Amino acid sequence: MPDEFYRSHILLCQDPECLAKGANDIEEALLRELDAHGLRDEVNLLETSRLGHCHTGPEIVVYPEGVTYINLTPAAVTEIVNEHLLKGRVAKKYLFTGEARKDEELRAPTAKEIRIIMARCGVIDPENIEDYIADDGYAALAKALLQMTPRQVIDQVLQSGLRGRGGAGFPTGKKWEFAAAQKSDVKYIICNADEGDPGAFMNRRVLEGDPHSVLEGMIIAGYAFGAHQGYIYCRAEYPIAVRTLKIALRQAREFGFFGKNILGTGFDFDVELRIGAGAFVCGEETALMASIEGRRGEPRPRPPFPAVAGLWGKPTIINNVETLANVPNIIRHGAAWFAQIGTEKTKGTKTFTLAGDVVRTGLIEVPLGITLREVVFDVAGGIKDGKGFKAIQTGGPMGGCIPEHLLDTPLDYENLGALGSIMGSGGLVVMDDTTCMVDIARFFMDFIQDESCGKCVPCRIGTRRILEILQRICAGDGEEGDIEQLERLSKYILAGSLCGLGQGAPNPILTTIKHFRAEYEAHIKEKRCPAKVCKGLITYRILDTCPGCMVCARNCPSKAITGEKQKVHVINTDLCERCGICMTVCKFDTIVVE
Amino acid sequence: MRSKDLRTVLMAAALQPAEDDPVAVAEQRARIDAIIAEHAPKAGSTMLILNEIQSQIGHVSKPMQNYIAEKLRIPLKDVFGVITFYSFFTMKPRGKHRVAFCLGTACYVSGAEMLIEKAQQLLGVKLGETTPDRKFTIEPCRCLGACSQAPAIIVDDNVHGRNTPDRVVTVLRKYERV
Ligand SMILES: Cc1cc2nc3c(=O)[nH]c(=O)nc-3n(C[C@H](O)[C@H](O)[C@H](O)COP(=O)(O)O)c2cc1C
Ligand code: FES
Repeated sequence: MPDEFYRSHILLCQDPECLAKGANDIEEALLRELDAHGLRDEVNLLETSRLGHCHTGPEIVVYPEGVTYINLTPAAVTEIVNEHLLKGRVAKKYLFTGEARKDEELRAPTAKEIRIIMARCGVIDPENIEDYIADDGYAALAKALLQMTPRQVIDQVLQSGLRGRGGAGFPTGKKWEFAAAQKSDVKYIICNADEGDPGAFMNRRVLEGDPHSVLEGMIIAGYAFGAHQGYIYCRAEYPIAVRTLKIALRQAREFGFFGKNILGTGFDFDVELRIGAGAFVCGEETALMASIEGRRGEPRPRPPFPAVAGLWGKPTIINNVETLANVPNIIRHGAAWFAQIGTEKTKGTKTFTLAGDVVRTGLIEVPLGITLREVVFDVAGGIKDGKGFKAIQTGGPMGGCIPEHLLDTPLDYENLGALGSIMGSGGLVVMDDTTCMVDIARFFMDFIQDESCGKCVPCRIGTRRILEILQRICAGDGEEGDIEQLERLSKYILAGSLCGLGQGAPNPILTTIKHFRAEYEAHIKEKRCPAKVCKGLITYRILDTCPGCMVCARNCPSKAITGEKQKVHVINTDLCERCGICMTVCKFDTIVVE
Repeated sequence: MRSKDLRTVLMAAALQPAEDDPVAVAEQRARIDAIIAEHAPKAGSTMLILNEIQSQIGHVSKPMQNYIAEKLRIPLKDVFGVITFYSFFTMKPRGKHRVAFCLGTACYVSGAEMLIEKAQQLLGVKLGETTPDRKFTIEPCRCLGACSQAPAIIVDDNVHGRNTPDRVVTVLRKYERV
């Protein structure tokens, strides 16, 4: 590889949006054209993550000129290869001339952000290990293996105050210390890349944009507590992350960072990639291990903790993607450098994904201890469309909803815990005042019900009962005493469930009851959904100002709308499914919900 | 017949491959054999093998499960149990295109249900079903990690973001032709 020179490099964006617009066809066309002109040895085609103009994708950038071409079709490719690569002039028709558009998922950092984990994402070519090495990549590995003892590595991680980014926030150094103390010739390190929380995609971006930082962290972890084999468990929903990881693994092996006698130190280490198959509970560590062992992903009681008896009964450490990606930085810059960022108890930065009703959705990295208000209003630009803030949901399905008056809470594990929520993997979903909190609680319970592995009774049956009550409330059949019953069931499920899934399942219910009790009461007592969401409690009506354009009638999936051209239409509420499509297609705003 | 014998008979019938079942088609069976041979030596190979077969063949029928269990010399329940646990595995072939609607939090609050209503209307099938012409299978799915482009759908391996019911129609029409 290092001795091949190319006169041009073409970067082809493989972001989901560009793929949707046919990036794969463009790739085929490019290869075909390059072959046809015998340019395959001179021009290097690289697939990259988001280049930034995906709304006008598919797009490519041709280097060394740094020219961006957008709106590509296979025919455009023929022209670009002819003009740009053969004749050496810019193919103006497809040239991107506007101001360079930002990556919408990962924008330029705002004043309150610090980029450590995300520093290389979108900057280096994730499919080229040399880019990573040129940016001090694998320097921490060299430092750890050549200048530090395993004990010193663990001490650095301990002193840095790094805590697990997978949700529970357990001190990483402590975990490694337990595993180091185990006498066993076989130990394992597992990277948890199952990222199942809906609304969270930070691990995906690291894996797609800077995969070697995670691999380097794994080798260092292995060295620290004596593991020679690692596994990465990545969810199947992330095909691009899987592909990037495969390439990174192959290159790292070629460069001798994996395998026998790494850097001539006599330390052996290798990693295998395992893909999930669509089960949320497999993010839980004992379930994840069962899945790697090739079984149903059912959790088991702890103790014994994985650090004592984990994968195939051997001492095993499971760390989240982001936890591991922090490790090379800590080793390179020292524990003190890391510990100066963050709060007393929670050090460093954390990535969060913002989704829902804010102006700037996407991925951010902020020092821990920043307040939720700063995140929502300064970093994310506040609520969009001029609506009001209602709640922010943190921690995924086992997290909670936090209302406006608690927004000044500094973000860390303890504070979120005190509010009845959790940090989780860092997904933040912001909801405006058109969101119904009872419906959200029902939504999460539906999710939990679906994903409960069914092994323990409190989680399997308890959450079903909760879901049934919530469904009843949303349908307008709520009864006096339902709220108390929900609280009681929640208490039992929390205390009696086997794993974190069941133990966290009541959080969305308890927090919404605590902060939005009036909304539950409106549903139960007044049979009214104040946010106008719950289908059993609303009706759609067409106003007399309807000009009779017939668009709604044509779009109604249930054929519930009738009316003649240029006459006011009517909705048959018996047929109406309350899907709301009519409202989105009406150009005259003459449809209302009541 | 005693009920136990009856069960054995019924089970044997369910495991008997139909003539178009992949284990009964020589070329496909060769592919299954190759996958098993490649992964069987690895620890925890059941998941690896099933993942690979699901993505190459498109489903794992009961006769296929039986075949795999026999090849791996493990009880059939250890294969069947895995298949039924994970949502990626299917026992029947899907349509030509798999259209999955994200029902993650971000997509749910941005109107994913409307997209589903629209697709059901357009294709005339319910979630989880395949169109009679076997072009599309529509299903719900978990967060695709494209939450900043909610509501998101995935068709085959391609994610489409920022959908409206109308846009879903356009997307589906595009795939209908291919
Ligand atoms: C239901 C459930 C789902 C989980 N999902 C994930 C996940 O997707 N990613 C993750 O890193 N940790 C997840 N966890 C937490 C893991 O069990 C484990 O604590 C974590 O991977 C440890 O890594 P850390 O110490 O680096 O945080 C989940 C836990 C539960 C109970
Ligand atoms: S919630 Fe739909 S992509 Fe994340």
